[in-house]
Amino acid sequence: MSFDAAYKKQAFKSVGTRPLRPDGVDKVTGRARYGADFNMPGQLVARVLRSPHAHARIKRIDTARAEAVRGVKAIITAADLPDLTNGDAALFAILDNCMARTKARYDGHAVAAVAAIDEKAAKEALGLIEVDYEVLPHVVDVDAAMQPDAPILDETVFTTGVEPAPKAPSNVANRSEFGHGDIEAGFAQADIIVERSFKTEQAHQGYIEPHACVASCNPDGTADLWVCTQGHFVYRQNCADLLGLEVSKLRVTSSEIGGGFGGKTHVWAEPVALALSRKAGRPVKLVMSREEVFRASGPTSATSIDVKIGARKDGKITAASATLRYTNGPYGDMWAELGAMTSFACYDLENVKTVGFEVLVNRPKVSAYRAPSAPMAAFAVESAIDELAQEIGMDAVELRIQNAASEGTRSSYGPVYGPIGIGPTLEAAKAHPHMSAPLGRNQGRGMACGFWFNFGGQTCTDLNINSDGTVTLAVGTVDVGGSRASLSLIAAEELGIDYQDIKAVIADTATLGYNDMTDGSRGTFSSSMATISAARNAIEVMRKRAALTWDIPLEDVQWKDGHAHAAGTKYGNLAPLSVKDIAAKSGNTGGPIAGHSELVADGAGVSFATHICDVEVDPETGSTRVVRYTVIQDAGKAVHPSYVEGQYQGGAAQGIGWALNEEYVYGDDGRLQNPGFLDYRIPVCSDLPMIDTQILEIPNPNHPYGVRGVGETSIVPPLAAIANAVSNAVGVRMAHIPMSPPRILSALNRKTGS
Amino acid sequence: MVHVTLWAGLVPLADNQKTLAVEASTIRELLRKLEELYPGLRDPIRNQVAVVVNGVIYRDDWSAELPEGAEVFLMRRLAGG
Amino acid sequence: MTSIAVSTTINDDDVEFLCQPDETLLDVLRNRLGLMGAKEGCGTGDCGACSTIMDGRVVCSCLVLGAEAQGRTIETIEGLANGSELHPLQSKFIEHAALQCGICTPGFLMAAKALLDKNPDPTEEEIRYWLAGNLCRCTGYDKIVRAVQAAATEMRGESA
Repeated sequence: MSFDAAYKKQAFKSVGTRPLRPDGVDKVTGRARYGADFNMPGQLVARVLRSPHAHARIKRIDTARAEAVRGVKAIITAADLPDLTNGDAALFAILDNCMARTKARYDGHAVAAVAAIDEKAAKEALGLIEVDYEVLPHVVDVDAAMQPDAPILDETVFTTGVEPAPKAPSNVANRSEFGHGDIEAGFAQADIIVERSFKTEQAHQGYIEPHACVASCNPDGTADLWVCTQGHFVYRQNCADLLGLEVSKLRVTSSEIGGGFGGKTHVWAEPVALALSRKAGRPVKLVMSREEVFRASGPTSATSIDVKIGARKDGKITAASATLRYTNGPYGDMWAELGAMTSFACYDLENVKTVGFEVLVNRPKVSAYRAPSAPMAAFAVESAIDELAQEIGMDAVELRIQNAASEGTRSSYGPVYGPIGIGPTLEAAKAHPHMSAPLGRNQGRGMACGFWFNFGGQTCTDLNINSDGTVTLAVGTVDVGGSRASLSLIAAEELGIDYQDIKAVIADTATLGYNDMTDGSRGTFSSSMATISAARNAIEVMRKRAALTWDIPLEDVQWKDGHAHAAGTKYGNLAPLSVKDIAAKSGNTGGPIAGHSELVADGAGVSFATHICDVEVDPETGSTRVVRYTVIQDAGKAVHPSYVEGQYQGGAAQGIGWALNEEYVYGDDGRLQNPGFLDYRIPVCSDLPMIDTQILEIPNPNHPYGVRGVGETSIVPPLAAIANAVSNAVGVRMAHIPMSPPRILSALNRKTGS
Repeated sequence: MVHVTLWAGLVPLADNQKTLAVEASTIRELLRKLEELYPGLRDPIRNQVAVVVNGVIYRDDWSAELPEGAEVFLMRRLAGG
Repeated sequence: MTSIAVSTTINDDDVEFLCQPDETLLDVLRNRLGLMGAKEGCGTGDCGACSTIMDGRVVCSCLVLGAEAQGRTIETIEGLANGSELHPLQSKFIEHAALQCGICTPGFLMAAKALLDKNPDPTEEEIRYWLAGNLCRCTGYDKIVRAVQAAATEMRGESA
């Protein structure tokens, strides 16, 4: 029988409480093992040689002198990672990004790697590898890359999504379009039209733990990989595909992960470590430096976005359009497309059109960053909506309420919405005391909304009832922020036992079936669904065992509050059997008791948030302080509310950093100028106020407990909320993220004409 | 019968039709019939498709049933953080 | 290069080790002594994930040479609990959900301990500026500050 995922209202005993997390003690005592905290006997140290050029043809690589260094055991180049991708463009991009083949496509692109007995020997060898580069013209700016005279990154790229197909190569990999209605007719009905262009700079996920792994290829064709990742099953597939290994022979164990936020969703250096291990015949440990993390992993797109919104005087939006240009790094992807889909997703629009352009530039390959692409689109759209409210003379929240999407609305990206939470978050914002609190001198208030899709995906769990009645829960989604606590609560709820009796672990790839990674806000949503299903399967086994114990028909055994009950009056003397009772007898009733679940958790349910923000801008320095911040978001059902709040607060803080400070700075030579935490400044403790949260619970109809993903949406509104607050504080519309002090000062100077 | 809307990039592969009416009771049947009708859709469908049925996004569960008259969107399979 | 012999005190234990002249205290702790609680987030003193306490002062152990540990007293995360009894900061970090991924947690705990050893009743602002050298990307710091406040209250013998 397939699992019924439909929401059923119920009173919860465990879900919604805030117990201590099971991995807490390990993490406060320094015992938790992250990517770099694992070693193997005889392991070598790996270091990667990276291109100093933004764009260069690799004419020749000579490793002879480097190989002669004492202690060097293996050196690899692209020749040691032959192309096995078989026409899969996405996989080829990952391969080429791991190790440049014909061209170095950005400053920091890997061109060779060394494994040696220690760091000293590895570094010495790196210095002796001779690479003959033919330096090519480069382009890093999104708008410049679209100019007809821009240097072309890839002569084989012809813009797709346009008719007729272009005859000349281009840095625009793809054009996408969404919308419905007739925007020209809609704009004709408008009394007021706001039209403005925006830019956002490239930000990095900024996880504190650099990428790290230990790879060990054995002579018998088996291999082990210890790695920090958001998805060890996906890493296994990536590595097996790129190295030509059999999936079952590569065992991947996910370490504790020190942050990912999308940046650890595909491989970067792991195939390199495996290839070095294969060549050297010894385990290899590869840990990126912080500089390498910035230069060669992660970042999100830099963007350039034009928005046009028209409305009647009564506040009804009649038409909206946006053109979004997103950098992709050197490989075409769908980042602008995601921006084009999400831009107007909060609103009920009769006429809407968005166009996205994927733009190739000589910057690192873009990877997902928490609700990828949505924050920049929301920045542009929500800024324009704010300006529209001012032009009409309407309250910014009221204007949004009047135009908010609701159940039955055709979304701007196509489908019609089911029950959604944008309206309730706006109503909660309107009623929130933050909205009416007085503001001080040089202060401004802003608010903004955000949307993200949320995913489910392939998931499985094993739930073992041990002989003492305690439960081991093995899940396959990496725990990025407390999901072992949440999933233990789910198992406790479903089985009717204490949270303390559950031990949740993340299984490796050899001990559990395939799981998609922890991305798309799916970890708790999907694995909780699989956990509920596994628990229900275990309960079925326990009912059978109780029936055997009592020697009564199965249909007379009911499960209630963690006990098997003999139903009806005829078994009046039979005391209910607890999980512990049934487990104790399991050896004589058929052996071990377990529940398993393999399913596809689809129907994650879209997510909305509204944020409110107060800032204070120093007119002398252009420096901005966030003085108050409130997050309102729909969680469907908050399983462990502390960690839901944590997701809201963490996403807001990342958005604040992006809005005010974080930015990749490139020199004219195309080299990254600030690959370190000193100059790429993420928010520190003294930069932020407490971040207030309000959790709304509008049940997701497609989850038994009503759970929705909560991880990503919280980063979508902050860029716009802060931009609106700053704009209101200084009286100038801020259209370029980050709003660093120099940008604010120059805006102030433009205003005063000085 | 369900009404299927294609994302813009697929339209040229389906005789320039943006929406199609297809007789299908599950996502799997729908995708199979689309491939039969328009062989050009085969690669995109196999590699990068998500299916939205009455507003709910399906990325993997091709057994999901399509209610009569369902409104179906083909979207590209999305990335998440 | 010739190794240097170093005698030092770590978590109240006498410890001797050999290290290279250019080797950091962080590398010594992690690679030679098996004390992996201190993490390397940057190697340039910007993230605080490797915070330890040397002679009562918080240091980034990636900016201290192993050889500088000679004759000093060093406290690391591995010595924060008293046997199986957690330090109040450790308990409060768990109770207040002050960690998500937890990679920054050892550094925060050591920095916060140094603060409370010096100033048992810090204001929120004092906590925020003291901890400004420790980066956390997950939490937005809200729950970290509250956990430190709660630990301070408990350590002063007051009820929360």
